[in-house]
Amino acid sequence: MTYAFFLGCTIPARSRGYEMSARKVAEKLDFELRDMEEFICCGYPMKASDQVSSELMGAYNLALAQKAGLDVCTLCSSCASYLTEVAYHLAEEGPKRDAVNTQLSRVGLEYKGGVKVRHFVRVLFEEIEPKKIKQHFKRDLVDLTIALHYGCHYLKPSGIFDNFDPADYPKSIEKLVSMTGARVVSYAGEQNCCGGPLLPVDEKTALSLAKEKLDAVFEVGADALCVVCPFCSVMYDSNQKTILSGSATNSGFPVLYLTQLLGLAMGFEKKELGLQMNVVKPKELLKKYFP
Amino acid sequence: MCRTCTAVCPITRLNNSFNPFRFVRLALLGYIEEILESGLIWLCSSCYACQEKCPHGVRISDLMTALKNQGLKTGHAPREVRLQMNIIKDNGRIYPIDEFDNKKRGKLGLPSLPTSCETVSTLFYEDRESNSQLRTG
Repeated sequence: MTYAFFLGCTIPARSRGYEMSARKVAEKLDFELRDMEEFICCGYPMKASDQVSSELMGAYNLALAQKAGLDVCTLCSSCASYLTEVAYHLAEEGPKRDAVNTQLSRVGLEYKGGVKVRHFVRVLFEEIEPKKIKQHFKRDLVDLTIALHYGCHYLKPSGIFDNFDPADYPKSIEKLVSMTGARVVSYAGEQNCCGGPLLPVDEKTALSLAKEKLDAVFEVGADALCVVCPFCSVMYDSNQKTILSGSATNSGFPVLYLTQLLGLAMGFEKKELGLQMNVVKPKELLKKYFP
Repeated sequence: MCRTCTAVCPITRLNNSFNPFRFVRLALLGYIEEILESGLIWLCSSCYACQEKCPHGVRISDLMTALKNQGLKTGHAPREVRLQMNIIKDNGRIYPIDEFDNKKRGKLGLPSLPTSCETVSTLFYEDRESNSQLRTG
């Protein structure tokens, strides 16, 4: 199984721990993530300002994957959602695809439809037998209590995702986390947005939104919050100090990527999973595994 | 008009001057200019809560995107939004990669990435004129 590995903008520059841990997990599970130097931004960050150009960028990436004969695997939920959306809109022949292809011909590409886009977590959930994942586990994470944050774009807009995991009652991340032995705990406002997209526009509102969730997961006694998107991590991990200054939840609440948790269960070392790069250090949380 | 969109909006809860239901009503009545001038649309985080829950299938998030696009064209977008668009159109990514990034990546055992991108300028070449209008607002 080989995928064109779509890193996007944020991950290679700011979420390298996510990238490292995902590569390790994929290696262990024996699926290839092929690096594609020519990939550019998925287009999503420009959707609000210029939808025509953003769709062209999405189509450019899809056409590159098609040329390589590969489906796409992403780590970022917004890249997953947006590329899936563009693939969905360009699935059928017609004036829309023709218009995009006229533009793509300038760089010698054509998109013929049919490229599938999957979030890394969706690949784990749909394509790999739980048994196969479990057989690689070396550490039992039974002492950890984990709260999950699915975020918005991993499963929404739901119409484009073939309902692989219902957006209203998602189970995919829970299933993967539970396999490690960790206990999954639910909390109020589980489905709420991290606020990330608002950060450049209205920092105060963005941070208030993130604070609601951090307070809620702290209250139910979770040890860490598990995320699958670099934007959500920027909100809950990178901005946590600002968000929680002067609040009772002030001791530093670890935020881990799902791939870091799985990698931990697979027996990888801290540095192999980039855990040293998490802003809130999960030292206390992981001292049992790394004495 | 049941207002489910407003009831489930996480932004409305924090700032009640932001109201998805009102955007839909105003748009239907043709008050596009008023919506754009208020600047409130930029508070929408595109979380899809409203669109997912709308019992009438109104594509509210898609409407918000269309309004934001229109806002940018008519000079009603925050500076940050325009800057971000320009960075992507110039570099092909929001965070352009430099040699320093590649050095850090190398130390972590991660592959290098290109530090420039010719493709975007070719892709957007013919649109340069309309692009330059969008760029400066």
